Amino acid sequence: MLVNRKLILAHFWLAFGAFGFALMLGAWQMFIRSPLHNWLSDPEWYYRSLTAHGTVMAYVFPTLVAMGFGYAISESALEQRLVGVRWAWAGFWLIVAGGIMAMVPVALGRASVLYTFYPPLIGSPFYYIGVVLVVVGSWVWVALMSVNLAVWKRAHPAAPVPLAMFANVAGSYLWAWTAVGAAVELLLQIIPVALGLKTTIDAGLARVFFSWTLHSIVYFWLIPSYIAFYAIVPRAIGGKVYSDTMARIAFISFLVVAMPIGIHHTFADPQVGAGFKFIHSAFTALVVVPTLLTVFTICASVEIAGRLRGGRGLFGWIKALPWDNPIMLALAFSFIMLGFGGAGGIINMSYQLDASIHNTQWITGHFHLIFGGAIVIMYFAIAYDLWPHLTGRALEDLRLIRAQLWLWFIGMIITTFPWHYVGILGMPRRMAYFDFTDSALSAQALPVILSVIGALILLISGLLFLAILVRSQVAPHIEAGSYRFSEAVHPPTTLPVVFNSFGLWVALMIGLTLTNYGFPIAALATRPDTSVPAVYVGAQ
Amino acid sequence: MSAREIFNLRNPYFAVSVVAATFFVLAALGGFIVLPYAQRELKFAGLWDVICSAAGLPRGAPSTAAPTSAFKTSNVVLTSTTLAHPSQQSIGNGATLAQRCAICHGPTGISRADSPNLAGQYASVIYKQLLDFRSGARSNAVMTPFAENLSDQEIADLAAYYAYLPRLPAYHPERQLPKPHVVIFGAPLRGIAPCGACHGSLDNKTGSPWLEGQSEVYMKVQLQAFASGRRRNDINEQMRNIARAMTPQEIDAAAAYYASQPPELVRAAY
Repeated sequence: MLVNRKLILAHFWLAFGAFGFALMLGAWQMFIRSPLHNWLSDPEWYYRSLTAHGTVMAYVFPTLVAMGFGYAISESALEQRLVGVRWAWAGFWLIVAGGIMAMVPVALGRASVLYTFYPPLIGSPFYYIGVVLVVVGSWVWVALMSVNLAVWKRAHPAAPVPLAMFANVAGSYLWAWTAVGAAVELLLQIIPVALGLKTTIDAGLARVFFSWTLHSIVYFWLIPSYIAFYAIVPRAIGGKVYSDTMARIAFISFLVVAMPIGIHHTFADPQVGAGFKFIHSAFTALVVVPTLLTVFTICASVEIAGRLRGGRGLFGWIKALPWDNPIMLALAFSFIMLGFGGAGGIINMSYQLDASIHNTQWITGHFHLIFGGAIVIMYFAIAYDLWPHLTGRALEDLRLIRAQLWLWFIGMIITTFPWHYVGILGMPRRMAYFDFTDSALSAQALPVILSVIGALILLISGLLFLAILVRSQVAPHIEAGSYRFSEAVHPPTTLPVVFNSFGLWVALMIGLTLTNYGFPIAALATRPDTSVPAVYVGAQ
Repeated sequence: MSAREIFNLRNPYFAVSVVAATFFVLAALGGFIVLPYAQRELKFAGLWDVICSAAGLPRGAPSTAAPTSAFKTSNVVLTSTTLAHPSQQSIGNGATLAQRCAICHGPTGISRADSPNLAGQYASVIYKQLLDFRSGARSNAVMTPFAENLSDQEIADLAAYYAYLPRLPAYHPERQLPKPHVVIFGAPLRGIAPCGACHGSLDNKTGSPWLEGQSEVYMKVQLQAFASGRRRNDINEQMRNIARAMTPQEIDAAAAYYASQPPELVRAAY
């Protein structure tokens, strides 16, 4: 039962509106630094745009999707009105206020520090405080998910928590702990310098704190998509979840191993010891476990749907799948992009292989393929699936929806494959322009132009997505029925406590953070000789 | 629950914790002991040294002495708040001291002698260059004797005074020249950033002067001095690297261009 539809719609609309805005910036960035455009006479504009693009796409957009989807899951999976609606609205408005507060200095060119902050670069304090408000707003959601689950558990003692809600709460706990790294960096290190209370900053320590957030934030972005894999896709295509337990193990593994692996982002940093880099590399390898479990379980669930639809033989079930169903299409595209992106990720996490692609366009290609591709295409699927239940109106034009998903998939492949390739050629990331006339770079001109074409396709697809949602707001009313999630082949009737609660897993998540981050942070924090003068950007 | 029940692999809490701890210990053994020893080129004093090194702790200083420089290097520390908010007394005292500078740098800080115009220059620039002249990190037959007799406070006062003066249109601006490519865009493949990224028209990096309306001859000579290594008080070699990578034609064009620009284009320092 979806009662607080306005609340959920507000989150989704703000998320997708911000996404459309940041998408345009992204396409502009691809274009102006390509051989198709003259060099920018003021590169600051590029970094300004890049800061806005990253801040919106990394902090605002996925957080709002996770929150809106989380509220929808809480109400429909638990069949219980959301407890704390006022708090939920307060969290929403905190994000609105924080988003505006952060974006104004960025637009004025006073915080062109990129969304990863990069101290000793220091921008306007309003930018950082705005980001903190966005995070605080999302923590309200974390608390509400926990409270709603507790209320439900009290009313249903010993009953298995529905899978969607179990995964949703796992995601919220992951985010709560993930965000602590960047929050500490902002509150204890950057904001005092931005306010002028200090003039030096320990940039190395700040980077370690940010790495705490930087990798597991990706799994926070990814959790709604994984929930969609398990809880939406099998139902939407007429199948069943192959294994409820396997799904729970996947989400639990994300909770435990997504966190203590972020130092693989600082393989090239001198302030972290090689031993800890290796430990983080080894733990990163563990993340393939939940992903491969998911790929296996979902393929099996989809096979069930194919066989129920009359598919026979080794591969006949694939043909029998409902390929005209947008959710089926989105899943297939998502898995293909996840496969390529994941393979690239194995290179990034390998301590030695990383050296050849560190800080090149390969990295940008990698995270756009994983996040912009595999994850965001499932955000589209979530929106398409949920929209009629939120608006009470039909999404009529399935052909348009399929075209949008195809365009996103094709656009993302055309954008990111050349991006990976030029990365291997050594093209650095975060550059406002490149001298393609030089013989050393001229081989990169064509792939870069290709990726611009991909970016334009993505822009068209993104705008089409918004148009489809807007159109549905004026479509005829329908009775969408109650919003349901997939059923498992063997629905759990009783579950061991470990698969029905989070105590052990949260303890492990925190414990592994201490073992993997405790020493590097303590060693840097207690050294007196590690601070450097802050460099204030755009301060004139 | 008795201790036997807790520490039993049938207890899922205990079993999972054992798996996680085992994985951590194996990873730590690999990262802290096996891999460092596998790298033959690394030299260690013993197992503890290996572990400390892998943990990222600073190791004992090498036995060889640190290389000594054949020349004086700049030891001025600048942050973006060095010299911020000078007092009126400091500016006034600077004005009195500046009488000595007027013969070359002009009574209003605008030079008629191909010396730099100082009126409205960033305080950090004057402060750093005077300190470098005094320490010998930068030398000049005229400037060095002046700087040698200045105290720290007098140098700060002079910096405050000149930064306080209005930026008058320079004495010798000519027609505005077209923008040279190297000034506007730099040359990415030669490691040359756009000049304005540090020198004020796009952004100001602390310690870098604005250049608009300065003497063409002066700027050219300085770029050549950086390129040849005669001037080396840029602590990170940023100007030496850039000047070395510039062609003589680019040096001429950059100097001529900046000399022709009015100083109103320059941003205030932070």
